[in-house]
Amino acid sequence: MPDNQEAREVVGDYKAGWKDTENSTIRFDFGLSEEVVREISKLKEEPEWMTELRVKAYNHFVKRPMPKWGNTSTLDEIDFDSICYYLRSSEATEKDWDDVPEEIRNTFDRLGIPEAEQKWLSGVTAQYESEAVYHSIREDLEEQGVIFLDMDRGLKEYPDLVKKWFCSVVPLTDNKFSALNTAVWSGGSFIYVPKGVHVEMPVQAYFRINAKNMGQFERTLIIADEGSSIHYVEGCTAPSYSTDSLHSAVVELIALPGAHIRYSTVQNWSSNVYNLVTKRGIAHENSKIEWVDGNIGSKLTMKYPAVILKGEGAHAEVISVAYSGDGQHQDAGAKIHHLASNTTSKILSKSISKNGGRGTYRGLVTVSPKAENCKLNVVCDALILDEESRSDTYPTMEVANPTARCEHEASVSKVSDNQLFYLMSRGHSEEEALAMIVNGFFEPFTRELPMEYAVELNQLMALEMEGSIG
Amino acid sequence: MTAASGQAEALMEIVDLHVGIDDTSILKGIDLRILPGEVHAIMGRNGSGKTTAANVIMGHPDYEVEKGDVLLNGDSLLDEDPWERARRGVFLSFQYPQAVPGLQVGNFLRKSVASIRGEDAAKGANFRKELNEAMDQLKIPRSFLSRYVNDGFSGGEKKRFEILQMMLLKPKLAILDETDSGLDIDGIKTVASGVNAAVRGTDSGALIITHYSRILEHVKPDFIHVLIGGKIVASGGPELATQLEENGYDWVENMAAEGVA
Repeated sequence: MPDNQEAREVVGDYKAGWKDTENSTIRFDFGLSEEVVREISKLKEEPEWMTELRVKAYNHFVKRPMPKWGNTSTLDEIDFDSICYYLRSSEATEKDWDDVPEEIRNTFDRLGIPEAEQKWLSGVTAQYESEAVYHSIREDLEEQGVIFLDMDRGLKEYPDLVKKWFCSVVPLTDNKFSALNTAVWSGGSFIYVPKGVHVEMPVQAYFRINAKNMGQFERTLIIADEGSSIHYVEGCTAPSYSTDSLHSAVVELIALPGAHIRYSTVQNWSSNVYNLVTKRGIAHENSKIEWVDGNIGSKLTMKYPAVILKGEGAHAEVISVAYSGDGQHQDAGAKIHHLASNTTSKILSKSISKNGGRGTYRGLVTVSPKAENCKLNVVCDALILDEESRSDTYPTMEVANPTARCEHEASVSKVSDNQLFYLMSRGHSEEEALAMIVNGFFEPFTRELPMEYAVELNQLMALEMEGSIG
Repeated sequence: MTAASGQAEALMEIVDLHVGIDDTSILKGIDLRILPGEVHAIMGRNGSGKTTAANVIMGHPDYEVEKGDVLLNGDSLLDEDPWERARRGVFLSFQYPQAVPGLQVGNFLRKSVASIRGEDAAKGANFRKELNEAMDQLKIPRSFLSRYVNDGFSGGEKKRFEILQMMLLKPKLAILDETDSGLDIDGIKTVASGVNAAVRGTDSGALIITHYSRILEHVKPDFIHVLIGGKIVASGGPELATQLEENGYDWVENMAAEGVA
C-alpha cells in the first residue's frame, strides 16, 4: 500500500498509524464556504439560532487574520481549501459496539476502547471523523440525572441548556480557530452533572481521524452543577499520511460553586495533524478546575488550557507534558486569570524535545486589581535530549494586586552521561535508561492520570526512545 | 585467556591495564587477580586513579583502554557495554550515585533485579521477602521505596541504597568505590556486614576502593593494594592498612622507591 509506505517514511514507529478504507456515507467536497456551513447545519437539522451562530462565526473566521505568534511559518502552511470539513462514516451513534460498522469497531478495538470501558469507565463516546459512532453511559449515572451525550444529540435533546452555555466561555470571536470550530463543529461531548452528584469513575471520549486531509472540529461543553464532580478523559489518534489534517476543537467547562472538573487529555495525533485547540473553563466560588494535558503527537500543537477564576476561593490547576520529536513543534502552556479574591492556581509544565523537535512553553497568569490574596505557582521544566532540539519558555505574569503571592521556577536540563551510566550499570540498556529518565521526568504528570493511561503513556515514551541513541 | 596451571581460576583478572581520558594517562599498567570468595582493597590518595579503575571495570564510555585487559571468569569484559557487564555479574557501588527524579526506588529495584537476575527473581512474595530482609539489615525504612532514586538523599542514604542494590542484584564481583566516605561508624558497620554477607563463603568477590582504613577493619580484606600515580606500588595482607594508617602514603611511596615493598 503506497500510502502506508509513504506514511512510515514520514513518521517512523507511530503505532496508531494504520488506516481503514474509507466508507463514508456523506462526504463534503474540500474547502469551506458559507454554503458548506449552512449545509452542515441543515444536515444536522439544527435550530435556526445555531445555524445563524455558525454563519456569524464563519464570517469572523474569514476576516480574522492568522495568529502572529507561535509557529507562524508552519501555521501559514495550512491550506484551508484542501481540507474536508464534514465526513460521516456511520449512519447512527450506536449504544452497542456490535452495531458499529465492523471496520470502525475493529479500529476502536485495536485502540483498546471497549476493553477500557468495561474495566474502569463510567461512560464512553467514540468519535470517528465528524460524528460519534458509539456512545454509552452507565445506567446508574443516567438515573442520577447525569447527562452524557455527544454534542449533536445534546443540542437536540437539551436545546435550552446548550443555548444558555454554548459560546459562554469561548466566544466565537475569541480567536481564528475557535471561530472556525464554531462554524463547522460536529461531535464532541455534552455533559451535565446535577447538583451534588459525584461521578466516581472517569468518562472517556476518544477521537479518531481516519480519512486523509480531514478536518475534525469537535465541540465539548461540560457543566458541573453545585457541589458535583466529574473526571473527563480524552484520547486521540490518526493514521499517518504525508498530507496534513486539521484538528481544531473547542472545549468549554463550567464549574458552578463547589464543583470539581478534571479534564485529562493524552493527545497522540500522527505527525501530519495540526492540533489547534481552545480549551477554557470558568470556575465559580470554591470550585476547582484541573486540566491534565499530555501532548505527544501532532505536527504542530498550539494549545493553552485556560481557567477563569471568577468566584472567590476557586482553584485552577494545569499540569501538562509535551514531547516534541522530529518535525514536531509543541507550543503549549496555560492561561489563568484570577478575577476573584482568595483564588489559587498552579501550573506545572514539563517538556521534552528530541531529534530536532521543538518545545515551547507559553503561559499567562493575570491577577486583577480587585482580587485580594491570590496565590499562584508556576513551574516549567524542559529536558533536551540532543543538540538539534530546542526549548523556549515564555512565562508571563501580570499581577495588578500587591497582595498576590507568586512563585515561579523554570529549569532546562539535559540527560547527563553519568546518569545514563549509572542506570546502565544496573543492567539497563541505553534506551531503557533513557526511557527511565524520561518517564521519571514526566512522573509528576503521569501520576495524575488514571493508571491505565499512565501505563500507556510510559509505554509510548519507551517506544519514542527506541532507536534514539546514536 | 585461561588461568595458569596450578592456580585456581580467577574470578576477575586485570592484566597490564593502561587507561587514559582526554589524552591523559591515568592507569599505567595494573595487574590484579581476585579469586572467588576473596575481598581485595585498593587504597590510595585522591587522584591516584582508584575511581578510574572502578569505572573502567564497569565500562564507563569516557575512558579509553590503551592497553591490557579485564577478564571476568576468563572472558574479557572490554568489548561489552555496561549493562552487559552488569548482567554478567559486575556491580559498582558509585562514589557519587546519580539522582533520577521521578523514578521510584521500589520500581527501579524490581526492574534492575529483573534485568540482571531474570524476571522470575523480581516477582512475587520471594522478591518481597528478600527486599524486606535486605532493607531491615541496612536499617532502611519501608517508606524509602516510594522515594525517587537518589533524589534528595543524604550522603548516608545514598551509600546505603548502593549496598541495598548490591545485596539484591547478587553480583559476582562487587566494586565499592569510596562507599565508606560520608558514612558514620554505624553506617560503615552496616555496609561492611552487607559486603561480608554478599561475599564470604560464596563464589563472589569484592574490590573495595577507599583511602581510609576504617571500613577495612570491619570487612577484613584478604589483600590490600596501594595505588600511587596509576600504578600498584605495594600489595600485602590486612596489616598493610594498619601500617598505612600509622605511617601515611609517603612511607609506602618511599618503600616502593627503595624496592622494599
